[in-house]
Parts: sequence; structure tokens; C-alpha cells
Amino acid sequence: MLDLLWLVPTIPFLSFLFLALFGARVSRRVVQLFGVGSVGVSALLTILISLSFIGAPPEGHAYTQTLWTWIGVGEFSPGVAFHLDALSILMMLVVTVVGFFIHLYSVEYMADDEGYSRFFAYMNLFVGMMLMLVMGDNLLLLYLGWEGVGLCSYLLIGFWYKDPVNGRAARKAFVVTRIGDTAMAIGLFLLFTQFGTLNIQAILQKASLQWASGSGYAVAAAALLLGGAVGKSAQLPLQTWLPDAMAGPTPVSALIHAATMVTAGVYLIARTNVIFTLAPTVQAIVAVIGVLTLLIAGFTALTQRDIKRVLAYSTISQIGYMFLGLGVGAYTAAMFHFMTHAFFKALLFLGAGAVILAQHHEQDMFEMGGLKDKLPVTFWTFLAGSAALAAVPLITAGFYSKDAILWYSLTSKAGSTWLWIGGILGAFITGLYTFRMVFITFYGEQKMEVEHHPTNTIKIPLIVLGALSLIGGFVEMPHSLGGFAPLGHFLHSALPEVQAFHHGIGTELLFQLIAAVVSLSGIYLAYQFYYKPSDVPASVAESAVGGGFQRFFFSGWGFDRLYDILFVKPLLWFSRVNKRDAVDAIYRMIAYITQGFNFFFSRTQTGKVRFYAAGIAIGAVITIAIVVFL
Amino acid sequence: MASIPIEHGLMLAGVLFSLGVVGLLVRRNIIFMLLSIEIMLNSAGLAFIVAGARWGQPDGQVMFMFILAMAAAEVAVGLALVLLLYRQFKTLDVDSASKMRG
Repeated sequence: MLDLLWLVPTIPFLSFLFLALFGARVSRRVVQLFGVGSVGVSALLTILISLSFIGAPPEGHAYTQTLWTWIGVGEFSPGVAFHLDALSILMMLVVTVVGFFIHLYSVEYMADDEGYSRFFAYMNLFVGMMLMLVMGDNLLLLYLGWEGVGLCSYLLIGFWYKDPVNGRAARKAFVVTRIGDTAMAIGLFLLFTQFGTLNIQAILQKASLQWASGSGYAVAAAALLLGGAVGKSAQLPLQTWLPDAMAGPTPVSALIHAATMVTAGVYLIARTNVIFTLAPTVQAIVAVIGVLTLLIAGFTALTQRDIKRVLAYSTISQIGYMFLGLGVGAYTAAMFHFMTHAFFKALLFLGAGAVILAQHHEQDMFEMGGLKDKLPVTFWTFLAGSAALAAVPLITAGFYSKDAILWYSLTSKAGSTWLWIGGILGAFITGLYTFRMVFITFYGEQKMEVEHHPTNTIKIPLIVLGALSLIGGFVEMPHSLGGFAPLGHFLHSALPEVQAFHHGIGTELLFQLIAAVVSLSGIYLAYQFYYKPSDVPASVAESAVGGGFQRFFFSGWGFDRLYDILFVKPLLWFSRVNKRDAVDAIYRMIAYITQGFNFFFSRTQTGKVRFYAAGIAIGAVITIAIVVFL
Repeated sequence: MASIPIEHGLMLAGVLFSLGVVGLLVRRNIIFMLLSIEIMLNSAGLAFIVAGARWGQPDGQVMFMFILAMAAAEVAVGLALVLLLYRQFKTLDVDSASKMRG
């Protein structure tokens, strides 16, 4: 069974090729069959492979399939090889299964679009590239997938390319992530010069042997990899591209900008955890970045009007939680949150898409309202997703995963009270902005007629993801609630266990209670402000201080403006000043000199025979003079 | 036979050549220019004859024969050109034929 591994990314690739070459000529049925079917087959294969892996784990809990040698240059011969272990299985399952449901949903969501086959071609390419990223056994293959998903992200953000705004958003996403990717590429060069290989497992083994904890190389390598992760996962300070990426179609936001691609940074750090363990300072920075990002993005989400931007900032914030988990060494907790987040955030985006479809493509929440009874399936599943996002205790997956991260942010040896306070404050804000969105969108007066009622292709993904958002957390229960944790057990075959101080079950229960109360009080506050008629939000927005903060938060803490002033404007100024490239002056000079000679010698072309004869005579005299006298 | 010193012969050749050059440069009538070229060719021939006589070798005279043949050919072509030039421009002034210049 395991030797079918290569088929998992190959099938979406083949489907991409088919759709890209013949997509415009075949009927929509065929496009659907290939576009959705390929990812479905991939998902089935992944499930079968995972079952066989779990049923009979190969030696060392890892399986590598080498297809061929990619490049052979001296000692350097990275192969096209796939590495299967607990971590990649989890990623593959999420990518293919959640990806399948999002593809299914797209069948209806994109039904009216003229770029139907183009959309599915890009989406298939994305799934293939993402699988390449998570399955690659060397960093070069990982990097190929990494850039491949970046390309797909660019193509899909700018999918409706006729509107220049979308193209701008796509370019922004591409350029900002490229900053991180450059750091990562330098990191790969560093690792290669140090170890002479890019094979991930070999690097991790050699790193722990060659590098002392906190040594310069380890810190540099970890920092450079972190740069890549920060760019891809839209963390501080490179988070500005993700909200604009919402210009793409909603299924794209669900698949790429919520469930899978943006978590590639989390995967990268988890995959190279040994290097980060060797660089404790960088790992501490990871945690701090996580906390700062989750707070900044949370406050921003509080003030947004566009439902997709709320979700985008919430995604940034939730990935902040994952970074917090990674930063304190709780890799399994971070991966667990990645999984539950993929379920509920994909669900929320798909639900938001259904709402947008029903409301004449309006994205402003304040133009919506009263949709609870009109779109019951969308409402209930959206509610389930929101509950998971806000971490409603016990019944939602989000609670278990977020609680695990919060618990380890406090008790891990790398954790601290400050990280915990940041996290818990974030949980409160999450509850507030999530249910603000729910109440504004689904309750209150109906402001617009429902245009489009979802059919089964939209309902099924919503219901399945809704169910997963609720029950997906039961695979990893905290000690205080029975400690049934097959996921953690499974992941520990690939990831190190968290180094934590031991605390009694009573303490753990107490902190869970605090987390539960905090997130519930966030929801209650949203209920007070946005469900009941309340003038508190309006009066806060109108007061001088509150309004200032509101505008500050609304603009995403002014990062866009800051970067505009710091980087974009100077660059534009410089390029304007340097429009006639300074380096080009040299080449222009050569052209001028040649032109000068041409002018001079063309004067001698008089057409007068006597002039030429004089030239010959003078030349002869000079030549003879030289020969005779020198 | 009293021999003429080689210097005198060469000097005569040099003077003739210079006259030819000057004639070529200052004359605008193409027939006079052709005549000047003939003078230059003959001065070169004279230089060969003088040198051949000085060394007692026949090579100088052989070379003169060559020059004579070449001058005849050149004059044939030159006169054809003169005719064409006159038909085209109704004048023998070479400076009038300066249209093809860069």
C-alpha cells in the first residue's frame, strides 16, 4: 500500500495538465470530474495509505520512497523522494480531505464563472504542489512545493484579473512572501554548506551532532528558516499580504489562505524542529511573534466590516497560536491546532462564501443580517465553525487544540506567564470578534433578499466540515479530561514531546476553566453588543479616543501605511529618479562615441575623387616617412 | 657608353612622379587626371629601368613591359569612364560626379 505513495501528488498534477491543455474544450461535467475527482482519489489514497501506515508502522515510523535522482552534481544529488511519517501523514490528510470538500463546494460556487476549467486547473496544481511540500524528503523538493504553492496563490488571488485591484493584491502577496522565501533560500544554502546535503532527516541528525545549543550557525539557520515561515504564514512583520489576498474567490481563501498554504510555515518549523531546539533564542522569538501576531490580528478583526477580512485576520491570529505552540516546543499541540483550524476555518470561509453568494456578492457584514432562518444549513454549520474558532468549551475541536497550546505556553520550560496572558487575551478577543460576525451576519433585520439557495454540493462540505469542527478535537484530550490522545501519541513518532514542568490535574483543570470562562465571556460581550440593540460599539467608535483606536485597528495597525512609507514610496522614488539607469550610462557612452566616429568619418566621404587621391597621397607620404625616419 | 648616374635617373623619376601627383590633385578635368596618372606610371617605369640598368638585370625592363600593358588597359577603362561621365553630366569636371557620398 505504501508504495502507492507517489500517486498521491501525481494524480492532481495529471489532472492539472489535462485541464490546462484541454480544459477549455471539454464540457463542465468533465472539468468537474477531473478537478474534483482527482483530489477525491488523492484523498482516498491518502486515507488508505495512512490506515496501512498506522496499522503496520514501518521500521522507524517512517517510510521513504525514492522515485529518481533529480539532480546529480558531484556530492549533491537530491532525489525526487517522498518521506512518510506521522507529521506528513497529518498534513497530507488535511490537504487532500479538506481540499476535496473545498473542490466539491467550488463546483457550485464557481458555476457561473467563465474561467471554470482554469480555476480547477490552478486548484489541482495547488493541491499537487502542497503535497510536494509536505511529502518532500529533502529541502529542495520542499522548496519546489513551497514556491509552487506561492505561484498558485498568486494565480488564484488574481483569478479575476480583469479588475486591477485583484492583480495588485496578487502581486502584493507574491512580493511579500518572496521576502520570506529569500531568507529561506539563504537558510537552505547555509544548511547545505554546513552539512553537504539537503535531506531533511540527515540534516536533523547531523545538526544535533555538529552544532552546540545556541551556536551561531544554529541561530542563523533557525532565523532564516523562521523568515521563510513568517512570510508564508503571514506572521508579524510580513502579515500584510493575507487580508488583501481575500480578493480571490472564496474557495481559494478557504483552501489556500486558511486551511493549507498559510500553515506551511508551521509545518516547516515543526519539520525542522531540531534546528529550532538548538537555537533557543530563535524559538523564543517564534513564541513572541506568535503572541504579538495573534493579538494584533485579533484587534484588527474586531473592527473589520468585510466578512472575509474578519476571517483573514482571524486566520493570521490563529496561526499566531500555532507559532506560540511551536515557540514553546509544543509541536504536537501546534499541529493539532493546525488540524482543527483547517476544519473550522475552511468551514467558516465556505459558509461566508455561501452567504456572499446569497447576498448578491456583498461582502460587507453590515449590509447583511437576518439570514438565520433563510439559510439554515449555512447558519448552523457557520455557528459550529464559529464556536470552534471561539473555543467554546468541551463540545468544539477548537477548545481542545487552543487549550493545549495555552496550557503549554504556561507550563513548558520555554513558556512564561506573559505568553499565557497574551494567549488568553487573544482567546477573549477571538470570542468577541467571532460572534460579532455571527450576530451581525445572521441576526437582526434582513437587509437583502436571499438570491441563491445552496444545493447539496455546497451543503455537504459545510456539514462534513461542521461535524469535523465539533468532533475533530476528541482525538487529543487533555490529561484532566481522560487523557485519551491517539493523535499526540501518533505524532510523537515524528515530533519531540514538549518539555514541560509537571503540574497536577487540579491546576490543569483550573486553567482550562479560566480559558473556558474567558472565551465564553468574549462571546457574551458580543451578545450584549451586537445581538441586543446596543449603542456601546457606536458610541465607542464616535468618541475621540475610541474612534482613533477604531481607525488604527481597522487599518491593521497601520502596517500597510508604515511599509508604504518605509519601503514602497522610497523604492518608487528611487526608480523614478533612476529611470535612466545609472549603469546604462556606460553603455550609452559607448553608443555616443561610436556615433561620434561615425559622424567624423562620414564627413570624409565627400564623393570627390581628388579628395580621395589626396588622402592616398598624404597617407603614402606619411607611411614612407615613418619607414624612412623611424 | 657613358653611364648616367643612378641618382639622376631616380631623381628624374621622383620629379615626374611628383608632377603626376600634383597634376592629379589640382586638375579637375578628368582627361588631365588620366594623363597625370600616366605620368606617374611612366615615372615608376623609369625607376625600374634605371634600377635594372644599374644592376645589369633584365627584370627592370620586364617590369616596365608589365606597367605598359597595365597602363594600356587602364586607359581603355578610363576612357570608357570618361565617355560615360560626359554623357551623364555633360562636363568633364570630376567634382560634378560627387553624388554618391555618405
